[in-house]
Amino acid sequence: MVKAKINGITVNVPEGTTILEAAEKVQIKIPTLCKHPDLPPTASCGICIVKLVGSNKMLRACCTPIEENMDIITHDPEIVEVRRTVIELILSKHPNECLTCGRNGNCELQKLAEEFGIRTSAFQQFLPDIPPDTSTGTIVLEPRKCISCGRCVTVCQQNQNVWALCFMDRGFGTRISPAGDGVSLSESPCVKCGQCSAHCPTGAIFENDDTAKVWKALQDKDTYCAVQIAPAVRVAIGEAFGYKPGANLTKKIYAALRRMGFNAVFDTNFGADVTIVEEASEFVQRFTETPEKLPLITSCCPSWVDFMEKFHPDMKENFSSCKSPHAIVGVLAKTFFAKKRRIDPANMFVLSVMPCTSKKYEITRSDEMYSSGYQDVDVSITTRELARMIKQAGININDISEEEPDHVLGEYSGAATIFGVTGGVMEAALRTAYDYITGGKLKNVEFENVRGIEGVKEGAIPVNGFTVKVAVAHGLSNVEYVLNKVKEAKRAGKELPYHFIEVMACPGGCIGGGGQPYGITDEIRKKRGEGLYDEDHNCKLRYSHENPFVKKLYEEFLDKPLSEQSHHLLHTTYVKRPEYQK
Amino acid sequence: MEKKVILIKDTGFKSDTTRDIQSLFLKAIRDIGAEESIQIVRAADLGIYNQGVVVKILPDNTVYTHINSDNIDQIVKAVHKGEVLENLLLKDRVEQTRIVLRNCGVIDPENIEEYFSKGGYTSIAKCLFDLTPAKVIKEMKKSGLRGRGGAGFPTWMKWSFAANSFGDEKYVICNADEGDPGAYMDRSVLEGDPHSVIEGMTIAGYAIGAKHGYFYIRAEYPLAIERVENALKQAYERGLLGKNILGSDFSFDLEIRLGAGAFVCGEETALIASIEGKRGTPNPRPPYPTDSGLWKKPSIINNVETLANISAIFQKGGDWFSSIGTEKSKGTKVFAVTGKVKNSGLVEIAMGTSIKDIVYNIGGGVLNEKQLVAVQTGGPSGGVIPKKHLDTPVSYEHLQELGSIMGSGGMIVMDEDDCMVDISKFYLKFCVDESCGKCAPCRIGGYQMLSILNKISEGEGELEDMDKLHRISQAMQKASLCALGQTAPNPVISTLRYFEDEYKQHIIDKKCRAGKCSKLIQYTINPDKCKRCRLCVTNCPVSAITGDREHGYTIDQEKCIRCGRCFEVCKFEAIARV
Repeated sequence: MVKAKINGITVNVPEGTTILEAAEKVQIKIPTLCKHPDLPPTASCGICIVKLVGSNKMLRACCTPIEENMDIITHDPEIVEVRRTVIELILSKHPNECLTCGRNGNCELQKLAEEFGIRTSAFQQFLPDIPPDTSTGTIVLEPRKCISCGRCVTVCQQNQNVWALCFMDRGFGTRISPAGDGVSLSESPCVKCGQCSAHCPTGAIFENDDTAKVWKALQDKDTYCAVQIAPAVRVAIGEAFGYKPGANLTKKIYAALRRMGFNAVFDTNFGADVTIVEEASEFVQRFTETPEKLPLITSCCPSWVDFMEKFHPDMKENFSSCKSPHAIVGVLAKTFFAKKRRIDPANMFVLSVMPCTSKKYEITRSDEMYSSGYQDVDVSITTRELARMIKQAGININDISEEEPDHVLGEYSGAATIFGVTGGVMEAALRTAYDYITGGKLKNVEFENVRGIEGVKEGAIPVNGFTVKVAVAHGLSNVEYVLNKVKEAKRAGKELPYHFIEVMACPGGCIGGGGQPYGITDEIRKKRGEGLYDEDHNCKLRYSHENPFVKKLYEEFLDKPLSEQSHHLLHTTYVKRPEYQK
Repeated sequence: MEKKVILIKDTGFKSDTTRDIQSLFLKAIRDIGAEESIQIVRAADLGIYNQGVVVKILPDNTVYTHINSDNIDQIVKAVHKGEVLENLLLKDRVEQTRIVLRNCGVIDPENIEEYFSKGGYTSIAKCLFDLTPAKVIKEMKKSGLRGRGGAGFPTWMKWSFAANSFGDEKYVICNADEGDPGAYMDRSVLEGDPHSVIEGMTIAGYAIGAKHGYFYIRAEYPLAIERVENALKQAYERGLLGKNILGSDFSFDLEIRLGAGAFVCGEETALIASIEGKRGTPNPRPPYPTDSGLWKKPSIINNVETLANISAIFQKGGDWFSSIGTEKSKGTKVFAVTGKVKNSGLVEIAMGTSIKDIVYNIGGGVLNEKQLVAVQTGGPSGGVIPKKHLDTPVSYEHLQELGSIMGSGGMIVMDEDDCMVDISKFYLKFCVDESCGKCAPCRIGGYQMLSILNKISEGEGELEDMDKLHRISQAMQKASLCALGQTAPNPVISTLRYFEDEYKQHIIDKKCRAGKCSKLIQYTINPDKCKRCRLCVTNCPVSAITGDREHGYTIDQEKCIRCGRCFEVCKFEAIARV
């Protein structure tokens, strides 16, 4: 433990605690702009400076560990003056476009300017003339609004190991960009996970706003509008309305969507149950018939698929060919549901609300995304976009009464809802696969060792005298460890370290997705995860294959898992893609 | 017969004809068939300035000055015969105190034997066999040597931190990323005496317990790189590097890494990032490199000049070293003296020597007998020292008190033709160009200050701009991450401190005393003095001067770009600058 003084108040904190963290312990808030509680400090903005009594220099609180007997001053007129000047300098290189910016009202720079009471532009404005990069259709890079805090570069390189974003040039001309001059984001290794946009303090990286397309479809009387919400959306969207992280708003969202004018309100969780039935069947098939095709690797996460296609195309045979849940709901809406309700799928509009920016890319990523004969999912929006739409529609989400989803793509099991959290797909699949292989039920359906926010989780489950070894990785930087173990074992002709691997690109899984409300931390990830686990725990139905509507789907439409019809509608293919397209 | 070496250096202010002279010498040697007995080496620095082309004959140490193509044959023949040419001998040499540059220009840097002849590598032998690492550090403490890269941190302390830091690997890094405009002492040492640096690094390695070291040399120094490569090869061949040095238990390897020319990579954490293959940007300290440096292992980064002192310290003792200099600044410092001074070049003086002595006694005074206005020290991180403080002794503390710094040893003499706003602009622009862009105060603050200075020099300044300069300076000094940003405003602050009137002159009177700020001056022709020779007309690059012999000539102010060419060429002082 280290004992020191901050503004005369004694603090006792563990060694290694930064001045910033120590100050929080004694209710002192040191302003910062570049430091995100979820990321290591980049030490780039210079706003969190503090003084040491007796020293002329100022220290950065975000990255300086507090030391024994330090006597720190966090606020005095000189410090505030320096901070104000730095903020004014940053504002001199940032466009005054707050009113028309996507971050208006929740921009960290705007908030700081407000707190410091900045009323005039002290310095001449110098704005770089760099056009926005809209090439991916998922996230928009607007370097003019960038304050070079470096958060996006840190998440892209350190957390995600993608290295699509870096700093280019230097000095005043420093800008964020894909590495290489003239390379657009879509030509870069970017996997569209959107973690950069979820961590950006300003509007420099922002989700491609598709809400106008949705409003347009809702206005058209001839269009039948269907919508689905992903598991992770329900436990996070509340944060945009003052709820605590993890609050489950599923039925309020159904009601709100219906008020907005959707004709049918579905749940992506239904698709998750179908995914599990298909994927568990795939696993059982490989496990019992073609063990050389193991390990089976989950493919629900489009960023992970993109990552694999770019960096590990040699593993594509190991990927589950099953589509992700929202794609399944999309195709079933325009086939199974449309047929039942006698709706012309040509006049249908399917929206998916996802915690994810990458789903915007997934809906057109390959020919299989049109297997209904039309684009299966027409538009995908993020949690943040839905929150804005609810506000635009004037809906008081806090007081709205709960409603139920529409048949036949709405009901779901507890196994489906945990799809939204790291380890959840694995856990759901194991429940069903165990039943398929042994014909019996698990004693305990909750797999504690694949839960939690550790980067790589490993587990072993005895099945019929055999041990099924599984691994769960989240945050793409954790993938290499797992894949390398598999590749090494294969090279050496040794026993496989894992039979089944789940990967989600975003740390924490979809609950920590790139399209979720701002301000993510591990604490919030845990809370959102608990929200989903609680729902599962309280569900009567814990097995995907026992969802009566899933059973009905197979009876009436698909025949059986992995049938020809299933393959046609519910499965996809993978190709090797270049890391750079230029 | 003993082999003779002729070292050549063009010490002239503007031209460098060393290469041409070298080929003439080679031809002369071939002509008399003396290729075996006479060798030609180009020297980086001989410690002699403004004496035209100078050669030094080794081992005799005879120096001839003002060489031209007519006397090359004569010299070669004299060297061959062992004679001395009295008429070309160097006269009246001013003595400096040479420790760092002790061997530069004295020995053949490509020959390890010559370094041996000066006691080279006896220090490492002494350390390895007579001293424990702790005693080596103790001797360094006694010497009082402080880092010559700029900040002046006690070298022994840095070594001791690294020695006491736990790590299975430790590294010694030689910072040879010299980048201050006009400074070239590090290059000169690497080119003229590379073994002294290698020996210094090896001693450092022994002291802290490192097995590996890196030379980080900027790629723009090809000759220095070549000389270091050659010296490393020779040292390995002689068992002075590699496994079990001189048969001891100590093993030490050295390799070279090239810097790609970013000034900020001279900052130690950025330098480390660069060696690791990352973008060369500084990182917060702590952790200090002595705890967690290269590859997160304890590392020391010492400047070339610092390292060149080490072997001398162990040859003559820490007490000897600390007997030179002032109370807190020991030893010598090399300065690159340039600007409006008669003898510009590298000067090594004992700490405590006054700036006046450097400028007037060693430097020979101000060029063209003009008035000295100020001396700038410390390069882009330093400041100006006005004439009234010229008696100040050179030491870390004294320079800092005056608002400047020792820095890496740049010293620029400025006369009445130098404009302080212009000087600030020059240095600030350097830092703005070289800012890595990582932290906001430096990235934006420097740019904003430069744009304000530009405004002032163009006659658009307002009085409140001076407050803005102070405000941004304060923010940069306090909130920048690394020394580049923290010190970048220094040239502006110090000129504002000593030459505030000059700024006000620019802002209020819209005048530049020195005539440097082109937007604030006008050239006109005084018809009474004009002899109508048309020299100005033919020299004007934009044809702004019109008229004829009968009616005289005038300058079209709209067309004039204020280059001053007419002012310079007029022989009758008929062009007036107002």
